[in-house]
Amino acid sequence: MGQALAVRDLDLDLDAFEGPFDLLLTLILKEELGLPEVDVAEIVIAFVERLERREGAFTPAQLEVCGEFLVLVAALLELKARELFHEEGELDVEELDPDEAALELAERLAEYRRVKAGALWLEERLTAESDRFFRLGPAPAAPPPVRRLAPQDPARLAAALRVLAAEPPAPSLSHMPLRYPPVTQFLERFRAALRRRRRFVFDEEVDGLSRIEQAVAFLALLELRKAGEIKLGQPAPFEPISVWKAA
Amino acid sequence: MQRQLYLVDNPVDRLARTLEALLVIAPRPLAVEELAQAAAAGAERVETALGLLAGRYREGRSGIVLERVAGGYALRAAREAAEACARLVERPVQRGLSQAGLETLAIVAYLGPVSRPEIARIRGVAADSAVAGLCERGLIQESGRDGEGGAIRYRTTPLFEQVFGLAGPEELPSLDDLAGDGEELRERLEAVAARRGA
Repeated sequence: MGQALAVRDLDLDLDAFEGPFDLLLTLILKEELGLPEVDVAEIVIAFVERLERREGAFTPAQLEVCGEFLVLVAALLELKARELFHEEGELDVEELDPDEAALELAERLAEYRRVKAGALWLEERLTAESDRFFRLGPAPAAPPPVRRLAPQDPARLAAALRVLAAEPPAPSLSHMPLRYPPVTQFLERFRAALRRRRRFVFDEEVDGLSRIEQAVAFLALLELRKAGEIKLGQPAPFEPISVWKAA
Repeated sequence: MQRQLYLVDNPVDRLARTLEALLVIAPRPLAVEELAQAAAAGAERVETALGLLAGRYREGRSGIVLERVAGGYALRAAREAAEACARLVERPVQRGLSQAGLETLAIVAYLGPVSRPEIARIRGVAADSAVAGLCERGLIQESGRDGEGGAIRYRTTPLFEQVFGLAGPEELPSLDDLAGDGEELRERLEAVAARRGA
């Protein structure tokens, strides 16, 4: 009896996976490994190599192992084909009859075979060209294009420069001065009013002033109230404000 | 009397020296049109001068070789100096190119521009990492999309032609020639089957 064959213990060394076939199947079924990443052909090659290394006669048990392997690989291929076709949305495998599917598969195999031959040629070419050394580097930026100027008249250029070099006019500050009297003016005015009278009505005192002057006057009123110099009274909102001296 | 070396000073020689200078500073192959523009000379005269340079810079005569590659002209080291060059510089583009990378590269070179789903369909394996690796090496690059909003397509770069020593994409051998006849494959398979059955 030769070396025992066991599909599930088959050691694999793929791009996407390294370990026993059994673990690979588990990972795929748990969706922890994407089937499109797995090169099924390499699995087949690993199994065939294992067969090649086998010594002695082929026993019915080993034939059974081969059958099991074929079933597993066929299932893997079907799953993978579904995934690949499904992703592209190009073709539904279930819609194909067996002959069409076989034809499709044969065409794809032929295409892959051609590509594989191309890859082999590239590999050989790379080896043959391994003694070619050349400079490699990022392409430097090309110099900026030269802008050609029309003939210039120096006098006109000087005149143009003179315009640019002339002192600019002083900026106008006319909008800066205050357009309303300072608060202090109203402070004094209200203090003077309270020296003459015991109380006065604010609205009457500012009657005839502009809106902004009335606002400044009101600020002065608040200032006096804050300082404790006056008391204020108003019977109701928007009614006239009475002002009298604090005791 | 002091001996002096005189350079040949006919117009073609002068142009050849200018082209030599341009080629020595260029980090990539230069097309005849680029050389003509930079040297401010006609394309025909540039080709004549390049012929003169090709005679001077060839294997066995000089350590530098002028070659027609990637649709242009470039200077490279002579093959006899390869060992010394290998001790001086690394070649990350060529190093460790995997089988998956080569197959993907073959698909892009022969069928490009192609998208990742097309590459995956042909190889039967997802192509994401192979494509990313080839892009990183500078051997392939993006080239538009499959329709509006479709998958990105890829094509080979001039660096690919330079690395593989191709004057242009037309130098790739036909896949039909490489893959041979399908009948031959069938016969080989039958022969193997017959041996096994024997």
